[in-house]
Amino acid sequence: MAPQSSIRDTFFEECEDLLEALAEGLAAMADGARDTDTVNAVFRAVHSVKGGAGAFALTDLVAFAHRFETVLDGVRSGTLDLTPEVMHTMQRSADHLADLVEAARNEDVLPPDVSDAFLANLDQCLGAEPESLDMGDTPFDFAVIPLEFGDDPAPKEPAGHVIRFRPLQQLYANGHDPALLIAAVHALGPCEVALDLSALPDWDGPDALTPGLGWTLRLAGRESETALQEIFEFVEGLCELDISPLEDAPVPADPLPSVAAPPPPAPGPEAPSPAASAAQKPDLAAGAEAGEARGPKPTLRVDLDRVDRLINSVGELIINQAMIAQRLQDMALAPDDDVSLHVEDYRLLARDIQEAVMAIRAQPVKPLFQRMSRILREAAEATGKSARLVTFGENTEVDKTVIERLADPLTHMIRNAVDHGLEGPDARRAAGKDGTGTIRLGAAHRSGSVIITIRDDGAGLNRPRILDIARRKGLVAPDADLADAEIDGLLFLPGFSTASAVSNLSGRGVGLDVVRNAVTALGGRISIASVPGQGTEFTISLPLTLAVMDGMVVSVAGQTMVVPITSILETIRPAPGDLHRVGTDDSLLSIRGRFIPTVDVARSLGFTDPSARADFPLLLLVEGENQSQCALVVDAVHDQRQVVIKGLDSNYGQVPGVSAATVLGDGQIALILDPDAIAAHRAGPAATAAPRPSLFHADVHHGQH
Amino acid sequence: MTVKVLAIDDSRTIRSLVQKVMEDAGFDCICAEDGVDGIARFAEVAPDVVITDINMPNMDGYGVISSIRGGEINQSVPILVLTTESADHLKARARAAGATGWIVKPFDDETIVSVVRRVTGAAG
Repeated sequence: MAPQSSIRDTFFEECEDLLEALAEGLAAMADGARDTDTVNAVFRAVHSVKGGAGAFALTDLVAFAHRFETVLDGVRSGTLDLTPEVMHTMQRSADHLADLVEAARNEDVLPPDVSDAFLANLDQCLGAEPESLDMGDTPFDFAVIPLEFGDDPAPKEPAGHVIRFRPLQQLYANGHDPALLIAAVHALGPCEVALDLSALPDWDGPDALTPGLGWTLRLAGRESETALQEIFEFVEGLCELDISPLEDAPVPADPLPSVAAPPPPAPGPEAPSPAASAAQKPDLAAGAEAGEARGPKPTLRVDLDRVDRLINSVGELIINQAMIAQRLQDMALAPDDDVSLHVEDYRLLARDIQEAVMAIRAQPVKPLFQRMSRILREAAEATGKSARLVTFGENTEVDKTVIERLADPLTHMIRNAVDHGLEGPDARRAAGKDGTGTIRLGAAHRSGSVIITIRDDGAGLNRPRILDIARRKGLVAPDADLADAEIDGLLFLPGFSTASAVSNLSGRGVGLDVVRNAVTALGGRISIASVPGQGTEFTISLPLTLAVMDGMVVSVAGQTMVVPITSILETIRPAPGDLHRVGTDDSLLSIRGRFIPTVDVARSLGFTDPSARADFPLLLLVEGENQSQCALVVDAVHDQRQVVIKGLDSNYGQVPGVSAATVLGDGQIALILDPDAIAAHRAGPAATAAPRPSLFHADVHHGQH
Repeated sequence: MTVKVLAIDDSRTIRSLVQKVMEDAGFDCICAEDGVDGIARFAEVAPDVVITDINMPNMDGYGVISSIRGGEINQSVPILVLTTESADHLKARARAAGATGWIVKPFDDETIVSVVRRVTGAAG
């Protein structure tokens, strides 16, 4: 069997859905759901994985799925108690099943001892149930239709067979046609057919409709009995059937012509069925009713490349629209001019199209969250803690790429929450909490962003210890006096990792700085909040899409740049007395009774030409990580518009302080600033890697040609 | 006349496989995603043979069989049950419900085609 590779792809895509359904169902069962629908859905998911895997001869997968299915069948039929241990084994088995699918997809083989361990766990659930052996007969070999008809008759082939065959009513009711069976026998070799009317009912009697026709077939030739058995396999028990070897081999001189047109079965198949099936009618009615109610939304699977091409085109469309609008503005047309109005319509339409296209790439975070429940289980197991995951907002939709790139950071944060956030069961009980820790993972849309929160109900951050570690690692000055939020922020510094002290989970080699980099690379921000004794909450804020954003167009040192609107709190033109010089270069902005540090964007990006500096700069008040605020100094603010993000990474590599570039309406290339990185640059020696001003400078010139 | 096959299976993979094998054999193949969908299609397309999975949401294979057998039209159409179980009690149950025959997954192309030919009498 060589199914096309596209069907193979279909299988693995389907597996993703099935594994998702499996995880969902098991999670519901773990929460106490025992209804048939849930249990059946779980069973069916494993069953379908097995069915598909069989078609591709994925033996490991089939074998494991089969055993898993046997356990589920036990649960379904009530012969197996759903103890916490069994529940746990099932969840771990679902994880392993996902691994096996992944391995099969990559044409990889998992070490057999791993599977064996899982199989052993499943067997343990089954205890001494004989069913596991009973069911184990077929799925492991790939024999096709099993022919369970005893020994191979090869040693002594008879010269032929006599088949005596008389259909019962049920045979007709089940859609069989004796003519086809006779023809099939005839196809095996020369065959003589005799109609047997001896059992015909009395036409006038009450049994007139009972089928009574029979046939005797004499088949010559050395066909094995197996071939005959195969023909009659489906009608076994639906007819009187006797197959015996033809001892004296009277091979007919010539095949009987009558066989070519077998006699019609006397009672036509339709005749008996109404009587036979009257009792089953209600089923059809039920089916028809259900038919009205059904209707999963039709969907279309599209190659991602096509969607991305579309998104790219829409990006160009937006730029094009902006260019036309700009031209019109330059032409100084009256605002109520027809052309202006049409262009405004064009802008709205373009925006609609763009949103619709973005929606294609948007996916619910649910599968991502579900994967996290596995991470949580593994982490809990590795650390000997007891934890449960509560998720909310799973249907929040986020760009596909964001979801993909969020998987690693989220994995790390869940591990972190279990490893560092939650206390051990004893410590928890001592603190008057439930021995099982809860980690809440949630998603929500908030003002153009997606907010992901990870909250544990553990002990909260141990700030003295964090400060101590940071001091020992030289990340802060020994005498530095830091506010709580600043101490919390130390966790994100490269080189800070408390993990080494704790457990084998820390061997993964990821610190929170890597998490933050991943989030920042997505144009997002991460912050932390913690209450001693009550837990820690990480909040990740992400843009809805990676393709466009609303930006503020500004001038800095003669360059046009864009600042993401989402990070700007307000735009301020300070009165001369509002700025207070601190030291040689820095100044503080006094606003509403608070002092906020300012950052000269031009200087921090390496533009050293002070002549470009306007006398009365503008300040953009931006909020960075941990709700810390700072004011960016720019020369002028032009307007607010939607810009299409063009990545720099593939062309230049990462430039500190710059997240991407864009093409403005007039065709000019502008850099998109990363206010957080610029603010962090100010924050001090520990915070950032050295910027590369010269490279950056060269790029800008390059871009403007 | 081309044999019309109605394949009912909730697994996309199996549907694609059955459809491909049937079409390669020169049959028409119409697919349905579960029992309820299958019954709706059955009325529309009047197939010459039905191949159905057992374990499906909404309505399982047994339900499909009894709906067809107890229905008003085409009640004696051959119905083949597609199942991974080869255990005899499942076959017996399918047959008691009115199944004509069964095909055990994983199936190979020739087997499923030959079984379809066997129950429909389609020329090979």
